[in-house]
Amino acid sequence: MVEVVASVGLPIDEKLMIKKNRIIPDGKKEAHLKRISIVTGIHGDELEGQYVCYELQRRIAMEKDKLTGIVDIYPAMNPLGIDSITRGIPAFDLDMNRLFPGDIEGNMTEYLAAGIVKDVAGSDCVVDIHASNIYLTEIPQIRINELHKDFLVPLAKCANVDFIWVHGASTVLESTFAHSLNSIGTPVLVVEMGVGMRITKAYGNQMVEGIFNLMRELGIWSGDPVVVREPMISQDGDDVSYLNATASGLFVPEVSHGARLKEGELIGKIVDPLCGTVLDEVRAPQAGMLFTIRDFPIVDEGSLMGRILKEEVCKYE
Amino acid sequence: MNKRVLFEIKGMYRDDFRVTGYEFGEGEKTVCIVGNSRGNEIQQIYCCSQLIKKMKQLEEENRIIEGNKILIIPSINPYSVNIQKRFWSTDNTDINRMFPGYNLGETTQRIADGVFNEIKDYKYGIQFTSFYMPGDFVPHVRYMKEGFSTQEEAKKFGLKYIVERNVRPYDTATLNYNWQVWDTIAFSLYTNTTERISNTGAGQAVLSVMNFLANNGVIKYSAIGAKKIRIIDDAEFISVKTEKSGFFDALVKAGDKVEAGTPLAHIINPYEGTILETLYSPLNGTIFFIHNAPITYANTAVIKMLEEE
Repeated sequence: MVEVVASVGLPIDEKLMIKKNRIIPDGKKEAHLKRISIVTGIHGDELEGQYVCYELQRRIAMEKDKLTGIVDIYPAMNPLGIDSITRGIPAFDLDMNRLFPGDIEGNMTEYLAAGIVKDVAGSDCVVDIHASNIYLTEIPQIRINELHKDFLVPLAKCANVDFIWVHGASTVLESTFAHSLNSIGTPVLVVEMGVGMRITKAYGNQMVEGIFNLMRELGIWSGDPVVVREPMISQDGDDVSYLNATASGLFVPEVSHGARLKEGELIGKIVDPLCGTVLDEVRAPQAGMLFTIRDFPIVDEGSLMGRILKEEVCKYE
Repeated sequence: MNKRVLFEIKGMYRDDFRVTGYEFGEGEKTVCIVGNSRGNEIQQIYCCSQLIKKMKQLEEENRIIEGNKILIIPSINPYSVNIQKRFWSTDNTDINRMFPGYNLGETTQRIADGVFNEIKDYKYGIQFTSFYMPGDFVPHVRYMKEGFSTQEEAKKFGLKYIVERNVRPYDTATLNYNWQVWDTIAFSLYTNTTERISNTGAGQAVLSVMNFLANNGVIKYSAIGAKKIRIIDDAEFISVKTEKSGFFDALVKAGDKVEAGTPLAHIINPYEGTILETLYSPLNGTIFFIHNAPITYANTAVIKMLEEE
């Protein structure tokens, strides 16, 4: 059943509506059922979650008799952003993921954020699907604030991702959707996978398997158990090295995303299209897996071109 | 006057990115003044240009007191101004959410780091800043409560209004906040406009900075500040919010004193021209902020008022 979670009239003949679709087991009442919420589209340029929302529902519909709890799907938290290929909230130029928990008495954007939090709060698990941004491609991973790792890491291990990244607390991140809900006891797993403005079907399917497994663990799905991936887990800031551009230019990669690199191995070049020269060679500062790679080729000095997870954490042979 | 490039990034498709500073006087790093960090903060650059003009005159007339160095940076983000984009030209990040910066990080982190290294040792820091919503303000000075800045220091600007701001999580990566972490006494100066130039507003801004410098013994200048200064907690502002979206037709302007019940603005049906809603003043007081874009959204605090004392 499609419901409007929050809405506000726009100036010219239009209404902004944040919608969800609630799927419940046939013939059962909602009270006392476990609930999983799939949230995506907080950043309007991240679309990987759109496919997950579709595919998850398609597969539930095929075996609806196995559904034993509530599945709430929120595909577009920032519908104006998605429609206009805008990361933030258009017109306000605000990052929606810095507005939470919002304020029901506040301005339009705060009001919408508060409406979302009110609706999602109380879920037994929330999966907040992001897609990096338009610049970087990520392997399927879950990012966890160290403040919430005790209750989130066990859930994240069920989600069929390749990597769990426990990062340090940051005051700025207290305004995120995930932090706001995790702080009030509603567990939120933040998924990052793929790249902005695109859909990576293989990653989407991997995530759907993970959500079914989470649903099984939570008592929302009675389908057959599946074997999920054992994720690499990083809890130490030194596990990850960052590749920042030393010059402005065109980044031309020489390896593929996910490559297992030796120390010093060539990852790519920054070149100058005007003069036909190589400005810098980008080499691996340590052995490990290239879990982030730049997709958008133009770089400014400082632009992130990739991240490497050190070999000891990857556990590959 | 010493004009120098404080920070530079080599451009590929554009000219090099440069942050340029103007130094006046020699000696202890006394006051640093920063103009725009966002691409739409035009008045903030203009205020700095008028300050630089004034400081050149004072220096020529030997009115900068020996032992003081003043640094004015009109813009820490010329790239975004030139393409009329509010945030960073490529990745849309906000330099004023990147402080203290990181020299090995992403581009805007590096800019913040490069600028901050130049300005973090000043005793006083003043930033011309803007509100995230389009609108006109009554000129005022703001400071964060949990820092080194004090009412007594803020009064030296001679402005009629001082706003004390409670720190919010997103403030912790701003220039103002980080200046204070590094022991600088920091203030944000809000002039009346952002995207358009106001000569009167810039004049008031220049005068308030002259007051501040004179009252701190940095320059010789005979300034007259406001006779009565009002200290406001940011929680004191009363928001007047819209119920409807539509055209915004302001009936008052920033600084106007109104009585309770005065019509402040109409929200107009954009197709039929009818009045959807009239916003009324809930109290006797002053219009402190008023929205200035032609359209508005529902549930938006388009006016902020200050109750009469």
